[in-house]
Amino acid sequence: MAYAFDFSAVLEYREALLAGTGRTLMLTGIGAVAGLVLGTAGAVSRAWRLAPFDRIFAVYVELIRNTPFLVQLFFIFFGLPSLGVQMDEWQAAILAVVINLGAYSTEIIRAGIEATPRGQIEAAQSLAMTRRQIFFHVVLPPALAKVWPAICSQVVIVMLGTSVCSQIAAEELTFAANFIQSRNFRAFETYFVVTAMYFLLAVGVRQVLALTGQRLLGRRSK
Amino acid sequence: MHKRHFLKTLFAAVLLAGGVGAAQADALSSAEKSGVLRIAVPQDFPPFGTVGPDLKPRGYDIDVANLIGREMKLKVELIPVTSTNRIPYLTTGKADLVISSLGKNPDREKVIDFSSAYAPFFNGVFGPGDAAVKTAADTAGKVVGVTRGSVEDLEFSKLAPPTANIKRFEDNNATISAYLSGQVQLVATGNVVAAAVNERSKLRRLETKFLIKNSPCYVGVNKGEAALLGKVNAVIAKLKASGELNQVSQHWLQAPLPADL
Repeated sequence: MAYAFDFSAVLEYREALLAGTGRTLMLTGIGAVAGLVLGTAGAVSRAWRLAPFDRIFAVYVELIRNTPFLVQLFFIFFGLPSLGVQMDEWQAAILAVVINLGAYSTEIIRAGIEATPRGQIEAAQSLAMTRRQIFFHVVLPPALAKVWPAICSQVVIVMLGTSVCSQIAAEELTFAANFIQSRNFRAFETYFVVTAMYFLLAVGVRQVLALTGQRLLGRRSK
Repeated sequence: MHKRHFLKTLFAAVLLAGGVGAAQADALSSAEKSGVLRIAVPQDFPPFGTVGPDLKPRGYDIDVANLIGREMKLKVELIPVTSTNRIPYLTTGKADLVISSLGKNPDREKVIDFSSAYAPFFNGVFGPGDAAVKTAADTAGKVVGVTRGSVEDLEFSKLAPPTANIKRFEDNNATISAYLSGQVQLVATGNVVAAAVNERSKLRRLETKFLIKNSPCYVGVNKGEAALLGKVNAVIAKLKASGELNQVSQHWLQAPLPADL
């Protein structure tokens, strides 16, 4: 094998890589927070059958979970302008990530809510707590704690999935990789470095989420 | 030299004896004798040459071939070639002319001669008719779509002012979709791509704003065929003057012939 590895050809572009990493994290962060809020709303609507939201969320969840993320992204970025809804690549990417994570986390959090023992809710009702109080103080924290590991995995999957946002010219980490590769033609070195960066990012995001879970939800989540 | 000439003549004589009228010193007179002009054309490169629904070749190059045949009062025999074998077809005497979206470069000029240009072929920046963009400097502050890693990406990235917002897409399709959906204001691409878009979509026409890299198409003629080359050049000049070449350009490239061609 006569191929001479040259990683300096990639390091030349470290600014692009760092900027891409920052944007991937930004996309993941906003997507995770907004997506989990959306997912929680969907979960309670479905678990407690709050008409008409339960039906709406059911359709939404099926629609999003049964179509590819890339197609959803293209629909938002290339398709919606035909209806007069114009978004730049970042707005489209954030919206797609939120919608996508929202659908998956609806089902994950719903499982947690449905696993709440009936007696716990009845106990809260007997203390004359309002529905809102019951949800935020009695149901949601243990529900999230139960499914937190699944949520962490889903957020990491979403972070890795943001790589397809490079297809609409959103300049995140994969875009940086493709760009560098189109300039130096060092495919092995470029993608090797970027693969390693994604790996470290994924490990880091998982750690941060696990710690966040411990802080917010107590020791149950690991 | 003498020996070579003798061998050439002998070779030609053998071919003639075999009933194959070809490979003579003067391609023009032999074509006129046989009444047939053999022209190598593409059939895998729209809109210059493709195969139509009737399985016959058609396109810009085929139209030009037929017009040249008509002007020279010769029957045209179209020989389908690919981009790799089009010059060998000419140099080995299997064709009299190559009209196959052939660009000029010094290496090719060592092997064959070129007529005057008959078709525009360039990379440029395209946009809607009302966009006031005439030079690369005018793209400052504008959103320009381009296909990542393409020639136009590499060249335009050098030309563009720092405030031009270049959006790089995966392939031509995404670049064009971004333009048609209004996600970018201008695109840097080839005139052939722009023509294909204008043919299929009436949403937002692509008009040439400025050229990035120009490489027009020429008719290829064998070295030493001055008579044929002169005739072809005269016909191209006549077709340009009569507006017929402009019609061909309008039909296949959806754009008028550039004035400086």
